[in-house]
Amino acid sequence: MARMKFLCDADRCIECNACVTACKNENEVPWGINRRRVVTINDGQPGERSVSMACMHCTDAPCQAVCPVNAFYTTADGVVLHSKDICIGCGYCFYACPFGAPQYPRVGNFGSRGKMDKCTYCAGGPEPDGSAAEYEKYGANRLAEGKLPLCAEMCSTKSLLAGDGEIIAEIYKERVAKRGYGSGAWGWNTAYRETITS
Amino acid sequence: MAASIAKFRIIFGGLALLWVAVSSYPVTAQQPTSVDPTARAVSEQQLLKQFKTIQGRGSIPDTKSYTIEQPAGRDWRHFHEVTLRWIGGVAILGILGLLVVFYLWRGMVRIENGRSGHTIVRFNAAERFVHWMTASCFVILALSGLNITFGRALLLPLMSPEGFTTWSEWAKYAHNYLSFPFTLGVILIFLTWVAGNIPNRVDVEWFRRAGGLVGHDRPPAYRFNGGQKLIYWIVVLGGGAIAISGYLLMFPFYGTDIQTMQSAEIAHGIIAMLFIAAMLGHIYIGTIGMEGAFEAMGAGTVDVNWAKEHHNLWFEEVRAGDEPQLAQHQPAATPGE
Repeated sequence: MARMKFLCDADRCIECNACVTACKNENEVPWGINRRRVVTINDGQPGERSVSMACMHCTDAPCQAVCPVNAFYTTADGVVLHSKDICIGCGYCFYACPFGAPQYPRVGNFGSRGKMDKCTYCAGGPEPDGSAAEYEKYGANRLAEGKLPLCAEMCSTKSLLAGDGEIIAEIYKERVAKRGYGSGAWGWNTAYRETITS
Repeated sequence: MAASIAKFRIIFGGLALLWVAVSSYPVTAQQPTSVDPTARAVSEQQLLKQFKTIQGRGSIPDTKSYTIEQPAGRDWRHFHEVTLRWIGGVAILGILGLLVVFYLWRGMVRIENGRSGHTIVRFNAAERFVHWMTASCFVILALSGLNITFGRALLLPLMSPEGFTTWSEWAKYAHNYLSFPFTLGVILIFLTWVAGNIPNRVDVEWFRRAGGLVGHDRPPAYRFNGGQKLIYWIVVLGGGAIAISGYLLMFPFYGTDIQTMQSAEIAHGIIAMLFIAAMLGHIYIGTIGMEGAFEAMGAGTVDVNWAKEHHNLWFEEVRAGDEPQLAQHQPAATPGE
């Protein structure tokens, strides 16, 4: 079984935000929610870097651990998914998530939170694969169709990689070896407890 | 004179020429042959070491999303999963165990001289309303709060996932909305009883004699004894802290960031567990722990003998200042008693 991961090669990201747009469109993500975003560090200074970040589908996911109602589950591919029928919108997964992935639609006054929404690795949710109910709640299930997440597929510089962890790590290593530099796989140590050394 | 100036000029000019030549030499030599774009690039490890979080600039309105990494969530997770459960488990089960042991050993603290049949007003209707409004909110807040910490481990296995979600969602709404009357209650409790709850020397004596819980000692007390003052300040200060941390959680990211939210949850959780433990002690002594205590908050009146035994100084104050209160007769002891 593959272990699905994301890898953002920050030395290639040109901050075009195509991944963000692709995600919103493919999954019909509600207004005000961004499952993926691009953040630029040291913007405008020499050595600035942009990183595209979403749910990293952590190993031993903290969101899953702290959820008071056990709404999360990890698939055989290592994708962390959740059930919106079980979620009570308490916000705890946001406090635990190292990557700020969980999002909550505002459903009422003040800060009252609706059912959590986050990146599904384009793998839908607990409903039958490809069903209308699944699409309504979680968006596309590309994984069930044998396709990778659209954000990575869309990336014009192939900065954002998605796929089996070992394969994308190998691709990244080859790049670093060829061009002679690499700022590392952002978030990998936090999410998967591993770093890619070339 | 003119010759020496000319000499200086030659020397100075020569030095200047030399300096220009020397300083321009490395500039041409430094022209790089290859570009390393990562030479000044930010690195993840360095940023995390320096700031604990990695933040940047984004292009969507949600400023929270500009934080791309905060490994501190892991510490918070450990607190929520392990530390808080231990604190709660030890505090609540510990105090329950102590109360059971104490009850078996000491039993109910009786009115030593029996009931006199005469009563005296202890809490008026307004005071009792404030108490019971706060108390009923507290019970629901405590149970719905404990559900967040222990429900998944203790309740979920007994229910269907959907059933547990329905209950937890209602519990969440109850927790959020009942916080308002609870907070109001804490404020009113503060205002209603602050005058009688300023610690004084009598309390030192009361605590020195362990409140008379051991043996048949009856340390003197005014309207509120040392233990009651302790409960009062736990409610006022603990209730205040729990309200502030709770509202920070209820209005997420209103002037707070992820670290503040985590800290607020940690504070809220710890204070809540200790608060619940303290209130269990309060409930015990107000019900099965002491004869004649519950009616103070129930009917609002207490037996004169109870007042003499537990709050002698208060009883004397009332007798001296307000004779008519004593005139109230218990509506005739039931025949055959």
